[in-house]
Amino acid sequence: MTTKGTFGKGAAYLLAATFLVTLLLLPAAQAKAAEAYKVGAVFSVTGRASFLGDPEKKTAVMLQEEINKKGGINGHPLELIIYDDESDATKCTLAVRKLITRDNVCAIIGPSLSGLSLAVVPEAEKHQIPLVSCAASYKIVTKDPDTGEQWKWVFKTPQSDSMAVEAIYSHMKKHGISKIAILSGTTGYGESGRSELLRLAPQYGITIVADEKYGPKDTDMTAQLTKIKGLAPQAIVNWSIGPTQVVVVRNWKELGMTNITFYQSHGFGSRKNIELAAGAAEGVYCPLGACNIAKILPDDDPQKAVTMAYLQAYTAKYHEPLSSFGGHAWDALSMVEKALGAVGCDKAKIRDYLEHLTGFVGQHGIFNFSPKDHNGLTKDAFHMVVVKNGDWALVP
Amino acid sequence: LTKIMEDISFSSQLLQYVITGITIGSVYAMVAIGFNIIYNVTEAINFAQGEFVMLGGLVMVFFRVTLNLPVVFSLPLTIMVVTVVGILLDRLAIRPIRKPSVLAMVIATIGAAFFIKGAAMFIWGKNPFDLPPFSARHPISFFGAVVRPQALWVIGFLIVVVILLTIFFDRTMMGKALRACAVNANASSLVGINVKQMILVSFALSAAIGALGGIVITPISLMEYDRGAMLAVKGFSACVLGGMGSFPGAVTGGLMIGLIESLGAGLISSGYKDVFALLILLLVLFVKPSGLLGNVEASKIRKF
Repeated sequence: MTTKGTFGKGAAYLLAATFLVTLLLLPAAQAKAAEAYKVGAVFSVTGRASFLGDPEKKTAVMLQEEINKKGGINGHPLELIIYDDESDATKCTLAVRKLITRDNVCAIIGPSLSGLSLAVVPEAEKHQIPLVSCAASYKIVTKDPDTGEQWKWVFKTPQSDSMAVEAIYSHMKKHGISKIAILSGTTGYGESGRSELLRLAPQYGITIVADEKYGPKDTDMTAQLTKIKGLAPQAIVNWSIGPTQVVVVRNWKELGMTNITFYQSHGFGSRKNIELAAGAAEGVYCPLGACNIAKILPDDDPQKAVTMAYLQAYTAKYHEPLSSFGGHAWDALSMVEKALGAVGCDKAKIRDYLEHLTGFVGQHGIFNFSPKDHNGLTKDAFHMVVVKNGDWALVP
Repeated sequence: LTKIMEDISFSSQLLQYVITGITIGSVYAMVAIGFNIIYNVTEAINFAQGEFVMLGGLVMVFFRVTLNLPVVFSLPLTIMVVTVVGILLDRLAIRPIRKPSVLAMVIATIGAAFFIKGAAMFIWGKNPFDLPPFSARHPISFFGAVVRPQALWVIGFLIVVVILLTIFFDRTMMGKALRACAVNANASSLVGINVKQMILVSFALSAAIGALGGIVITPISLMEYDRGAMLAVKGFSACVLGGMGSFPGAVTGGLMIGLIESLGAGLISSGYKDVFALLILLLVLFVKPSGLLGNVEASKIRKF
């Protein structure tokens, strides 16, 4: 009796519990009619590259909200799993592995840095998952630099440094400039730009008479510029990020070298830099992506609409100036969204879709991918601008 | 004629390198003096010295740009604020150490440096800030070279610091007490000098001088939260080159490092300019381990 009674009681409890759980789960199951599409993201939100990762993360979160607000992708909500790699290659690799093996994501966007992206390329290839990097180096997508063969699973959205160099050299060629001096910061960014400047100069008939460098925390570049002044080149190209690129422009102005045309890399693309230069940046040329200059793009520009929409949404949500780096994350996530919408969460199909994606209007250019080009951009992704009255102006 | 033209331009180039070197060297010298004051009293290297320089620049930006106060007010206010940070560093990080060994103090300052840098990042963010120069922005032409008015301020302030410190250490009771601590802390405390108070004074003083360095360099170089470490390294090199603990040594060392960097970058290779400074430093240390103007006897009994 006692045993039976206990059993009966237990069975009753079990029944009640099952009923309750079912009741609780029912609305949840109804709401989640379609399973969420999981997309992984790895950005350097903190650490030395936080100036890249922070706007990238904010952009990705904003896009996710926008996508889910309009009903997700074909009814599937987008679930974004973001990890911060703290600008550290080991943490970055671990995060990517976690996204692949534990979170089971459909695709990965990021990392923010070239070095970190190169570190995770083998992971993406091994686990056969599409990875869209937000870092610039052409090496990220290039398996064999000699043949130009691309990695099967890896893509990237930012323009390569060589495109910025080509944009600058084409502008020089048009204006009869053939004798130049180059200045670069001794950072990964500066070194990469410098090697492209040196490599492409002969193709454009350009002679480099001085190849000067400075450290990322240097206080003054007067010595380097004084040497350049003595060599009398027609133009100077500077390749660096951070405060040094502002200091070097000020030194150029102070030394009375404005008769030598000054070109900055696309790293100069923030209005803050013009402000910090305190008037010294007038007349400085710079190749920039559409994302940096949405406001001054002509209305008939194909990128006008997307860049303006991004600019307005971002500044309204975060109350801070738009950073062009966030645009790389916008491009990466929007492409993945498009692929998910077309083929669903199938890694191989997403890869194939991305590889043949053409005419994709992004923040930093109109992307035309192909099996031979996993970046999908050309030098036309850059617009040459000049600083005029303390603001950017398009160079016709 | 072209030959003469080139010669003129070369000599003015040379002059430009010297002017640039002295300007930047003056800031290194100020950092080195700050290192020396604390070193003399505690025999410890204050790794937060560069952070004082960074704070000097950023606090000055707050008073001068954000609050728009004129230089005459913002400069002393900034020095006061950073001096308070120096005092707090001593009270919160150095004094609580139960058995104050040199190594413990050094580690405490490293921790403090990280803390100050992190706090500055929270307050000002990661972007660089600009400070308007004290006088006109327009450069002055000088025998074919260009002198920025701010450079004159930098050099001028170094001279003022050197004169004031000389008077302080030679003529005032407190200065003499500090020097006594530098010679022998135990004996000083036996004759009634409050050594702990002297350590506090040394931190306050070197924070003030570091702040001044930051204030004068910011109009030239801009300032951001993580600039301190590099300036500290340069200042420390200047300190070692001139001889640890020697004031004339700090000034000589600072100016020399500035000049070597500038001349090396201009005449030989800008990519290796830091190498030249370190090479000269190593050479000097091989020949005279106590530094150019350091006291050989004193350097033998020191722990660091």
